[in-house]
Order: sequence, then structure tokens, then C-alpha cells
Amino acid sequence: MMRLLFRLSLLLALLFSAGARAELNVLACEPEWGVLVEELAGDRVKVSSATLARQDPHHIQARPSLISKARRADLLVCTGAELEIGWLPLLLRKSGNGKIQPGQPGNLIVTEGVELLGKPERLDRSMGDVHTAGNPHIQMDPQLIAVVAEKLQQRLALLDPDNADFYGQKGAYFQTRWRQAAEGWKKRLQSLQGRQVIVHHNNWPYLARWLQLEQLATLEPKPGVAPTTAHLGKLLTASQKQLPDMILLADYQNDRAARWLSDKTGVPVVKLPLSVDLGGSLFELYGEVVERLLQAAR
Amino acid sequence: MINRWMFLGLGLSSLVSMPASASPQVGEIQQKLQQLKSQYEQRIGALEAQLQQLQSNEQQTVQQLQKVNKELQQAKQGASDAASSGFNPQISVILDGRLASFGNDPEAYELPGFALGGEAGIGEEGFALGHTEIAFSANIDNRFFGQATVAIHEHEGETEVELEEAFIETIGLGNGLTVKFGRFFSGVGYLNEQHEHAWDFADAPLIYQGLFGNRLWDDGIQVSYVADTETFLQLGAEALSGRQFPAGGSHEAIGAWSLFANVGGDIGADHSWQLGLSHWRSNDIEGRTSGGHSHGGGADEIPSFDGDSEINAIDVVYKWVPAGDAQGRNLKLQFEYFERKEDGTVTLLNSSPLETTSYDGDQSGWYAQAVYQFKPQWKLGLRYDRLDADNSGSDEDVLEEAGLTDEGHTPERYSAMVEWNASEFSRIRFQYNRDRSYEDSDDQWFLQYTHSLGSHGAHQF
Repeated sequence: MMRLLFRLSLLLALLFSAGARAELNVLACEPEWGVLVEELAGDRVKVSSATLARQDPHHIQARPSLISKARRADLLVCTGAELEIGWLPLLLRKSGNGKIQPGQPGNLIVTEGVELLGKPERLDRSMGDVHTAGNPHIQMDPQLIAVVAEKLQQRLALLDPDNADFYGQKGAYFQTRWRQAAEGWKKRLQSLQGRQVIVHHNNWPYLARWLQLEQLATLEPKPGVAPTTAHLGKLLTASQKQLPDMILLADYQNDRAARWLSDKTGVPVVKLPLSVDLGGSLFELYGEVVERLLQAAR
Repeated sequence: MINRWMFLGLGLSSLVSMPASASPQVGEIQQKLQQLKSQYEQRIGALEAQLQQLQSNEQQTVQQLQKVNKELQQAKQGASDAASSGFNPQISVILDGRLASFGNDPEAYELPGFALGGEAGIGEEGFALGHTEIAFSANIDNRFFGQATVAIHEHEGETEVELEEAFIETIGLGNGLTVKFGRFFSGVGYLNEQHEHAWDFADAPLIYQGLFGNRLWDDGIQVSYVADTETFLQLGAEALSGRQFPAGGSHEAIGAWSLFANVGGDIGADHSWQLGLSHWRSNDIEGRTSGGHSHGGGADEIPSFDGDSEINAIDVVYKWVPAGDAQGRNLKLQFEYFERKEDGTVTLLNSSPLETTSYDGDQSGWYAQAVYQFKPQWKLGLRYDRLDADNSGSDEDVLEEAGLTDEGHTPERYSAMVEWNASEFSRIRFQYNRDRSYEDSDDQWFLQYTHSLGSHGAHQF
């Protein structure tokens, strides 16, 4: 009997074990910030991500596993700009965790202090699911990645001063490699300058700015509203007058509308990753984006 | 390190400065030495530069930390507006209306074996508004969150304003603790805490109608704790006034209390689940009135219960969201079981002579439902409800007049619905119930809209 009890309690302890704690528990709302933390902090932190690379981070629920992750986090790294507005406030409320609340060192909103593109001139939901703060998809601008990396490095050092030197070295190493890589990518994609694109959803303004692409239209009639026949018809007429060079969409988005327009016009569809899962790296993400763009440009 | 290089360098330079000889070999050696010298000088220079860089890095780090601290101070000041997209307070309005058609007279509605109270019932026939909800919420400061919800609805031709929720809640108290104070929906069960507009059907499950008169709410305090574990584990306790149905009457400071526990987690990226257990109890209920049996006894004879009441419940929720993409296909399964035991007396008020009976209540019920989003914007749902009452007392006739005998009938209901969501803020739903709540089966049809305007709603599990 005693043995059974002992085994049971062992099982319970395993099920709910706090586990061996790394120095810092980091919860990233999106995996791109998670891999950046991994890059900058290595084994000094334990990183988890609330979303996967192929998920739309807007449509997530504050499910039990996320509440327990928020409860255990020492640092929360999120995009902000209302991307997580449907679930992050609830998660923060339910976590009972003071360290990650707004205004605490454990709360890092990466778009804060960043000049965002695409601030709406008019706030009206008939315009679709608009983000009042501006377009939140900043991970497609290498310069902004460097800015976020610096913020992250500082925040890690503040939360874990014993390892501040370590984070400093890692940060400097990353910045050097990132700058070189970004120059390389830009050079390889030089030929894309001035190309005209149609995008599915407004995910790519930062990429467009970086590579000097010109965005002609979106397949969605309004942000977050699925493409309609009427809208696609208009796009087809416009495309026949002025043929775009490619149709861009994120690889998790439904490509039916893009394929339809592509079939009618012969314009290639380019599916790009918007993020990368934990264990990967931003170098991989950008490498993939560059390869796919080059393939389409050929 | 550097000293050694300098020493070497000095030695080499003294060698090099020796008078040149005429031999070409000596010239070569001198040249080589010159090269060595300049190489070493370069390396020494580089090392010195690195040293300086390191020193200045250190200074920079200190400066950066100061900068971060300053930013944090600023962020703290602006924290409340950063969290809530500039609206303070956040205001939302839920517009809810419907067109309903029933086979039977809605006035005749009853659940045999359950004395109906609260807002139980199936509502009006024809065009009618449901609950129009106006909610205000905001982080009050860095310590407290507050919310007030006012529901306006029509009841027997009169517009009633009801304060559904008005509470304050701690923010990030630490160690997973949260304290809520005021009027709130109890944490008992799964559906109970959700607002009606978040429900997947136009009406409450039968067991919610039978036990709570739609839902369990009260004034009081709730303490909940999220454990420091990989698997989600939440424990909660509530101390409540006990003034609301199904408690009632006058009490000491605490008229009802409850305990609840939830466990949950993910299985891979596609599945998530939650299991909840809850317990509610109220002792010394005095004069809890409810609607009686509409076709027995005088219309003004109102059943009134005195005694102790206790509810135990279990709920299970499972969600399948392929690749975690909640916009595409997904499935939600939900099951809840409740059981209520009561011990006391039931009196028929206004009866003469006053009729009364001892009462030993044993009521239970469950529902199971599945909601499948088969393509973006479209959902299909099925639900089955079932109740069971096995109440006894010293006077069966009084029990029957009070609506507490099951009349040899087991209430059950089949429901099906289809809904279209133009965006996450609007919904149009069509629902059909085959309702066998009481002897006369009823076909019920609902066409319902539920739209929200104002601040962005929360995506709760």
C-alpha cells in the first residue's frame, strides 16, 4: 500500500514537476522572437513559443498550456501592435505572474519604439481587421531584427546580470554575422528592385521596403476578410492592363485565390515563410525567403 | 601578455638597429627582421585596440542598462495604454436578437423534477431581443483590473437592467495567484464563466437552466492559483453571499462557497484539452422561491425551499485544431455533468392551509456537444441534453405541485445549429431543438444574430 502511494505521488510529481530550471524561462508570443532569444542566450535560457511558424498569431486562444507557460515565464517577448490583442491580455490576467506584466522588465514588446508602417488613416472596422498601431509584421526587415536583437540583449542582461557579459558577446557576434548576411541577401536580390507584387494579406510591407518592391494590391478586399469573387475580378482586369511580377503569400495562407489569379495571368505565386520554429534560426528563415524569391524571379 | 610582446618587440628593434654590414645575407636578415618587427607592432596595436574596445564595451553596457532602466520607467507610466490599444476603458457592446418559433406555448415550459428559478425558460416567441450587453473593462492601475457588464433585456414586457458583473481583479499578484472581488460568474463548471455571446448555442444547456436558472453568479471573493507546473493546474475557491438562486434567503456573511480545480494541456500541436472538477454548497437556505408547476394548484402558490444544497460537477473540453490554425477546420467537444443533493423542506407559499413537505432532492444532468468549423466562417454544431430527478419527501402531492417530481418523464433535448461568422465580431446562427423537456415534445427554431462592437473580445479556451 505504502509502495503504491509512493509510486502514485512520484507519478504526480513527474506530471506536475517544475523540472530542472534553466536560469530564465522565456515565453515568446511568436517563434521568430523565440529563435532570436535562443541565438542570443543559448543554454542560459529555456525558450517556448505560444505559436508555431505556420500559425496566424492573431487567431490563438488563451488555452490552458499557454496560461501555465505564462505563469512560469520570467520574460515575455511579443510583437505587440495589437497582433496578440485577442489572447495576450487574457493570458496576462490569468497568469498571476507579476514579472511579465506591462511595464515590468520581464515584458518586452518588440514593436514599441519602432516606427511602424501602414498606420490606418481611419479607424473603422468596416475597413476590416485593422491594426490601429500599424503593421506588426516587422520580422521581414533585417534592420529591425538587429534593433530587436539589441533590445533583447539588453533586457536579458538586466534580468540576468550574472550572464550580462555572455549576452553581450553573443549579441555582438550575432550583430556582425547578421549585418554581413543581410548585405549578402540584399546583393543577391538586387535584381528584384522595383518589381511589382500583389500580396494575399498585408504581411510584407517591411520586406517590400527592404527590397524596394512595389505592392500593387492585396488579394483580400480588406485586411482579414477572405478574397471575394468580385474583388478578384477587379484585380484580374487591373493585372491584365499592368502585369505584376509575382503574387506573394505566407505559406500558411490559403492559396486558392492566388492560384486562380496566377492561372489567369501566368504571374508566378511565391509562398514565403513568415516565421521559423524554435530550434531553427533567422538566418535559415531569410535564406529560405531569398531562395524562393530568386527562384520566382528566374 | 602585452608586456611580453612589448619586450620582444624592444629586443627585436635593438637587433635591427645594429649597424648594417656589407654582406647581402645580412641585408636579407635585416629585411626579415624589419618585417617581423612591423608584424609584431601591428599585432600589439590590434591587441591594444581590442583592450580599449573591451573597456568601452563595458562602459557601453552600463550605459545601455541605464537606458533600459529609463525606458522601463517610461513604459511603466504608459503601461496601461500600451496594454489596451489606446481605449481606456475598453468598451464593448453585444447586440443580440432573434426570431424564434415554438410548437408549444413557451409559458407552459417546465422541467419535471426541477423547480425553475433565475432566468430559466425559453424566451419569447417571434422577434425578440436577447441580452444586450454593455461591458467596460480596463487595467485600473498596475495592480488592478476592473470590469463591469450591464445586461439589458426584456422580461414580461418590461425592460430590465441587470448588473451581470462588477468586479476588480488583481494583476500579476505573483506565484500564480489572482484574487477577484465583487460580482462575477462563478468558476464552477466550464460554460458558466463564459458570457452568453460566447456560447455555441442560442440557449443554455438544460442542466444549467434546471440548476442555476441559466448560470451561477453571485457577489463575493474568488481566489485562484495556477501551479508552477508544466501541465496546467488551477485551483480556486469562492466565498459568496448566497443571495442569488440557487442559494437564497438571509445568511451569515458567507452564504455559499465553492471549490474548483482545472487541469489541462496540449497533445502535440493539434490537440488541447481541459478537465475540471467543481463543488458548490450553500447551507441554511431560507425561502428560495421558484416557479411551480404551472398546471397544478393555484397560480399564486409559490414553492419555497429551506435547507442545505450541494452541487458536484465535472467538465471536459477537447479541441482539435489542425496545425493550430483556428481559422480553418477545427473541432470542439464539450461535456459537463452536474449533480445536486438537497436536504430540507418545501413549502407552498400562499396555500391555505399551508402545505409543506420534507424534501430530499437528488437531481442530475449532463450535456454533450460537438461544434465543427468545416470551413472558414462556417460552423456546425450538435448537442444532446439529458436530466434526471429522483426527489423524495413526506408529501408527494406537495412535491408534485412544486414541480419536483419527474412525472415519469426524463427530460432530454436534441439540438443542431449552423452559424456563419462574417468576421470574428459578427455571427448569424440558425438552430433547431427537438425538445423533450416535458411531456409534450416541442420543435423550436431560432434565427439569432450576435454581434459585438467596440473593443476586441478575448479568445478564451
